[in-house]
Amino acid sequence: MSEPLKFHFPVSGGDFTSAGKASVQVKKLLRQLGISPDTIRRVAIAMYEGEINMVIHANGGSADLEIYGDHIKIILADTGPGIPNIDLAMQEGFSTAPDNIRSLGFGAGMGLPNMKRYTDDMQIDTEVGVGTTVTMRVNIA
Amino acid sequence: MKLSEIIDRLALEVLTPLPEDREVTGGYTGDLLSWVMGRAESNMLWITIMTNVNILAVASLRDLPAVLIAEGAEIDAAVLDKAREQEIALLRSPKSAYTLCAELADLLK
Repeated sequence: MSEPLKFHFPVSGGDFTSAGKASVQVKKLLRQLGISPDTIRRVAIAMYEGEINMVIHANGGSADLEIYGDHIKIILADTGPGIPNIDLAMQEGFSTAPDNIRSLGFGAGMGLPNMKRYTDDMQIDTEVGVGTTVTMRVNIA
Repeated sequence: MKLSEIIDRLALEVLTPLPEDREVTGGYTGDLLSWVMGRAESNMLWITIMTNVNILAVASLRDLPAVLIAEGAEIDAAVLDKAREQEIALLRSPKSAYTLCAELADLLK
Protein backbone atom coordinates (compact mmCIF):
# COMPACT_ATOMS: atom_id res chain seq x y z
CA MET A 1 0.00 0.00 0.00
CA SER A 2 1.41 3.35 -0.96
CA GLU A 3 1.13 6.29 1.39
CA PRO A 4 -1.71 8.73 0.73
CA LEU A 5 -0.95 12.21 -0.54
CA LYS A 6 -1.60 14.60 2.35
CA PHE A 7 -2.37 18.28 2.39
CA HIS A 8 -3.02 20.60 5.33
CA PHE A 9 -4.83 23.93 5.24
CA PRO A 10 -5.33 26.27 8.17
CA VAL A 11 -8.76 27.98 8.23
CA SER A 12 -8.79 31.38 9.90
CA GLY A 13 -11.78 32.38 11.97
CA GLY A 14 -14.12 35.29 11.28
CA ASP A 15 -12.59 35.94 7.88
CA PHE A 16 -15.30 35.72 5.28
CA THR A 17 -13.31 37.27 2.49
CA SER A 18 -10.81 34.46 2.38
CA ALA A 19 -13.29 31.74 3.36
CA GLY A 20 -13.33 29.12 0.66
CA LYS A 21 -9.68 29.66 -0.15
CA ALA A 22 -8.70 26.12 0.83
CA SER A 23 -11.54 24.63 -1.23
CA VAL A 24 -10.58 26.57 -4.33
CA GLN A 25 -6.95 25.48 -3.86
CA VAL A 26 -8.06 21.88 -3.44
CA LYS A 27 -10.10 22.10 -6.60
CA LYS A 28 -7.01 23.16 -8.57
CA LEU A 29 -4.86 20.56 -6.91
CA LEU A 30 -7.24 17.69 -7.68
CA ARG A 31 -7.55 18.86 -11.26
CA GLN A 32 -3.77 18.68 -11.60
CA LEU A 33 -3.90 15.15 -10.24
CA GLY A 34 -6.35 14.19 -12.97
CA ILE A 35 -9.30 13.47 -10.65
CA SER A 36 -12.68 13.52 -12.45
CA PRO A 37 -14.64 16.82 -12.45
CA ASP A 38 -17.60 15.28 -10.62
CA THR A 39 -15.41 13.98 -7.79
CA ILE A 40 -13.60 17.33 -7.59
CA ARG A 41 -16.89 19.19 -7.33
CA ARG A 42 -18.11 16.96 -4.50
CA VAL A 43 -14.88 17.28 -2.52
CA ALA A 44 -14.68 21.05 -3.05
CA ILE A 45 -18.30 21.71 -2.05
CA ALA A 46 -18.11 19.53 1.05
CA MET A 47 -14.90 21.21 2.05
CA TYR A 48 -16.23 24.73 1.40
CA GLU A 49 -19.29 24.13 3.56
CA GLY A 50 -17.06 22.78 6.31
CA GLU A 51 -14.70 25.73 6.05
CA ILE A 52 -17.59 28.18 6.29
CA ASN A 53 -18.95 26.33 9.33
CA MET A 54 -15.60 26.64 11.07
CA VAL A 55 -15.36 30.33 10.20
CA ILE A 56 -18.90 31.06 11.45
CA HIS A 57 -19.07 28.87 14.52
CA ALA A 58 -15.62 27.86 15.68
CA ASN A 59 -13.30 30.78 15.04
CA GLY A 60 -11.49 28.72 12.42
CA GLY A 61 -9.76 25.38 12.53
CA SER A 62 -7.94 23.17 10.07
CA ALA A 63 -8.73 21.18 6.97
CA ASP A 64 -6.77 18.09 5.99
CA LEU A 65 -7.04 16.24 2.75
CA GLU A 66 -5.78 12.71 2.19
CA ILE A 67 -5.82 11.26 -1.28
CA TYR A 68 -5.83 7.47 -1.58
CA GLY A 69 -6.07 5.36 -4.71
CA ASP A 70 -9.82 4.91 -4.55
CA HIS A 71 -11.05 7.65 -2.24
CA ILE A 72 -10.38 11.06 -0.77
CA LYS A 73 -10.63 11.77 2.92
CA ILE A 74 -11.42 15.25 4.24
CA ILE A 75 -10.85 15.96 7.92
CA LEU A 76 -12.11 19.23 9.34
CA ALA A 77 -11.14 19.90 12.93
CA ASP A 78 -11.88 22.80 15.22
CA THR A 79 -11.77 23.69 18.90
CA GLY A 80 -15.07 25.55 18.77
CA PRO A 81 -18.19 25.25 20.93
CA GLY A 82 -19.19 21.77 19.68
CA ILE A 83 -22.62 20.71 18.38
CA PRO A 84 -25.12 20.04 21.21
CA ASN A 85 -27.66 18.24 19.02
CA ILE A 86 -26.36 16.61 15.84
CA ASP A 87 -29.79 15.45 14.63
CA LEU A 88 -31.06 19.01 14.75
CA ALA A 89 -27.90 20.36 13.09
CA MET A 90 -28.34 17.84 10.27
CA GLN A 91 -31.86 19.10 9.45
CA GLU A 92 -32.06 21.22 6.32
CA GLY A 93 -32.89 24.80 7.25
CA PHE A 94 -31.80 24.57 10.89
CA SER A 95 -29.17 27.19 11.63
CA THR A 96 -27.68 28.92 14.64
CA ALA A 97 -25.78 31.47 12.56
CA PRO A 98 -26.18 35.08 13.74
CA ASP A 99 -28.02 37.71 11.65
CA ASN A 100 -24.89 39.50 10.46
CA ILE A 101 -23.74 36.20 8.94
CA ARG A 102 -27.11 35.60 7.31
CA SER A 103 -26.95 38.97 5.59
CA LEU A 104 -23.88 37.67 3.75
CA GLY A 105 -25.92 34.79 2.36
CA PHE A 106 -24.74 32.21 4.87
CA GLY A 107 -26.74 30.51 7.61
CA ALA A 108 -29.20 28.75 5.29
CA GLY A 109 -28.98 25.66 7.46
CA MET A 110 -27.72 23.67 4.50
CA GLY A 111 -24.05 23.32 5.36
CA LEU A 112 -23.97 19.94 7.10
CA PRO A 113 -26.79 18.52 4.91
CA ASN A 114 -24.81 19.50 1.80
CA MET A 115 -21.67 17.93 3.23
CA LYS A 116 -23.53 14.69 3.78
CA ARG A 117 -25.21 14.82 0.41
CA TYR A 118 -21.99 15.30 -1.52
CA THR A 119 -19.90 12.70 0.26
CA ASP A 120 -20.09 8.91 0.51
CA ASP A 121 -19.56 8.88 4.24
CA MET A 122 -19.54 11.50 6.98
CA GLN A 123 -18.73 11.12 10.67
CA ILE A 124 -19.11 13.88 13.23
CA ASP A 125 -17.17 13.73 16.49
CA THR A 126 -18.16 16.56 18.72
CA GLU A 127 -18.04 17.54 22.34
CA VAL A 128 -19.66 20.66 23.70
CA GLY A 129 -17.02 23.12 24.83
CA VAL A 130 -14.20 21.08 23.31
CA GLY A 131 -14.61 21.06 19.56
CA THR A 132 -15.77 19.22 16.49
CA THR A 133 -14.08 16.98 13.96
CA VAL A 134 -15.91 16.09 10.78
CA THR A 135 -14.42 13.28 8.69
CA MET A 136 -15.75 12.78 5.18
CA ARG A 137 -14.98 10.26 2.48
CA VAL A 138 -15.54 10.74 -1.22
CA ASN A 139 -15.01 7.70 -3.40
CA ILE A 140 -13.07 8.40 -6.57
CA ALA A 141 -15.34 7.83 -9.52
CA MET B 1 -28.25 28.49 -25.69
CA LYS B 2 -24.81 30.07 -25.67
CA LEU B 3 -24.12 32.51 -22.86
CA SER B 4 -23.18 35.23 -25.35
CA GLU B 5 -26.57 34.98 -27.03
CA ILE B 6 -28.37 35.23 -23.68
CA ILE B 7 -26.31 38.33 -22.85
CA ASP B 8 -27.33 39.81 -26.15
CA ARG B 9 -31.02 38.94 -26.02
CA LEU B 10 -31.49 40.04 -22.39
CA ALA B 11 -29.27 43.12 -22.86
CA LEU B 12 -27.08 42.19 -19.89
CA GLU B 13 -24.20 44.29 -18.71
CA VAL B 14 -20.95 42.32 -18.82
CA LEU B 15 -18.95 43.22 -15.70
CA THR B 16 -16.08 40.80 -16.16
CA PRO B 17 -14.95 39.01 -19.31
CA LEU B 18 -16.39 35.59 -20.14
CA PRO B 19 -13.61 33.03 -19.74
CA GLU B 20 -15.57 30.75 -22.03
CA ASP B 21 -18.83 31.03 -24.00
CA ARG B 22 -20.59 28.21 -22.22
CA GLU B 23 -23.86 26.53 -23.09
CA VAL B 24 -26.64 27.44 -20.66
CA THR B 25 -29.61 25.13 -20.34
CA GLY B 26 -31.32 26.58 -17.30
CA GLY B 27 -31.18 28.97 -14.41
CA TYR B 28 -31.22 29.06 -10.65
CA THR B 29 -32.13 31.93 -8.40
CA GLY B 30 -31.41 32.40 -4.72
CA ASP B 31 -29.35 34.42 -2.29
CA LEU B 32 -28.54 31.78 0.30
CA LEU B 33 -25.17 30.45 -0.73
CA SER B 34 -25.45 26.91 0.61
CA TRP B 35 -28.80 26.54 -1.05
CA VAL B 36 -27.28 27.49 -4.39
CA MET B 37 -24.28 25.28 -3.71
CA GLY B 38 -26.55 22.33 -3.02
CA ARG B 39 -29.12 22.78 -5.75
CA ALA B 40 -27.71 24.66 -8.74
CA GLU B 41 -26.26 22.62 -11.58
CA SER B 42 -23.24 23.46 -13.64
CA ASN B 43 -25.11 24.45 -16.81
CA MET B 44 -27.25 26.99 -14.96
CA LEU B 45 -27.07 30.75 -14.95
CA TRP B 46 -27.26 31.91 -11.32
CA ILE B 47 -29.44 34.95 -10.71
CA THR B 48 -28.92 36.71 -7.37
CA ILE B 49 -28.85 40.07 -5.62
CA MET B 50 -25.86 38.99 -3.50
CA THR B 51 -22.67 40.76 -4.50
CA ASN B 52 -20.19 39.90 -1.77
CA VAL B 53 -17.00 38.04 -2.51
CA ASN B 54 -18.42 34.69 -1.43
CA ILE B 55 -20.53 34.43 -4.58
CA LEU B 56 -17.26 33.86 -6.44
CA ALA B 57 -16.41 30.79 -4.38
CA VAL B 58 -19.88 29.37 -5.00
CA ALA B 59 -19.71 30.06 -8.74
CA SER B 60 -16.25 28.57 -8.96
CA LEU B 61 -16.89 25.48 -6.84
CA ARG B 62 -20.20 24.76 -8.52
CA ASP B 63 -18.74 25.46 -11.98
CA LEU B 64 -21.50 27.87 -12.95
CA PRO B 65 -21.21 29.48 -16.39
CA ALA B 66 -21.90 32.97 -14.99
CA VAL B 67 -23.47 34.94 -12.15
CA LEU B 68 -26.19 37.43 -13.09
CA ILE B 69 -26.64 40.23 -10.55
CA ALA B 70 -30.26 41.41 -10.52
CA GLU B 71 -31.78 44.77 -9.56
CA GLY B 72 -28.61 46.58 -10.67
CA ALA B 73 -27.08 45.77 -7.28
CA GLU B 74 -23.80 47.55 -6.57
CA ILE B 75 -20.68 45.45 -6.55
CA ASP B 76 -17.33 46.34 -4.99
CA ALA B 77 -14.34 46.92 -7.23
CA ALA B 78 -12.43 44.39 -5.12
CA VAL B 79 -14.98 41.70 -5.94
CA LEU B 80 -14.77 42.53 -9.65
CA ASP B 81 -10.98 42.30 -9.49
CA LYS B 82 -11.17 38.95 -7.81
CA ALA B 83 -13.71 37.71 -10.36
CA ARG B 84 -11.37 38.67 -13.21
CA GLU B 85 -8.49 36.97 -11.47
CA GLN B 86 -10.52 33.79 -10.89
CA GLU B 87 -12.03 33.98 -14.38
CA ILE B 88 -15.64 34.12 -13.27
CA ALA B 89 -18.13 35.86 -15.55
CA LEU B 90 -20.24 38.44 -13.71
CA LEU B 91 -23.25 39.94 -15.49
CA ARG B 92 -25.76 42.52 -14.34
CA SER B 93 -29.21 43.81 -15.15
CA PRO B 94 -31.48 46.49 -13.64
CA LYS B 95 -34.40 44.03 -13.81
CA SER B 96 -35.64 41.99 -10.85
CA ALA B 97 -34.66 38.36 -10.34
CA TYR B 98 -38.26 37.40 -11.08
CA THR B 99 -38.31 39.21 -14.42
CA LEU B 100 -34.90 37.83 -15.39
CA CYS B 101 -36.00 34.28 -14.59
CA ALA B 102 -39.16 34.72 -16.64
CA GLU B 103 -37.23 36.14 -19.59
CA LEU B 104 -34.56 33.45 -19.40
CA ALA B 105 -37.17 30.71 -19.20
CA ASP B 106 -38.82 32.19 -22.26
CA LEU B 107 -35.52 32.22 -24.19
CA LEU B 108 -34.72 28.62 -23.26
CA LYS B 109 -38.15 27.25 -24.18
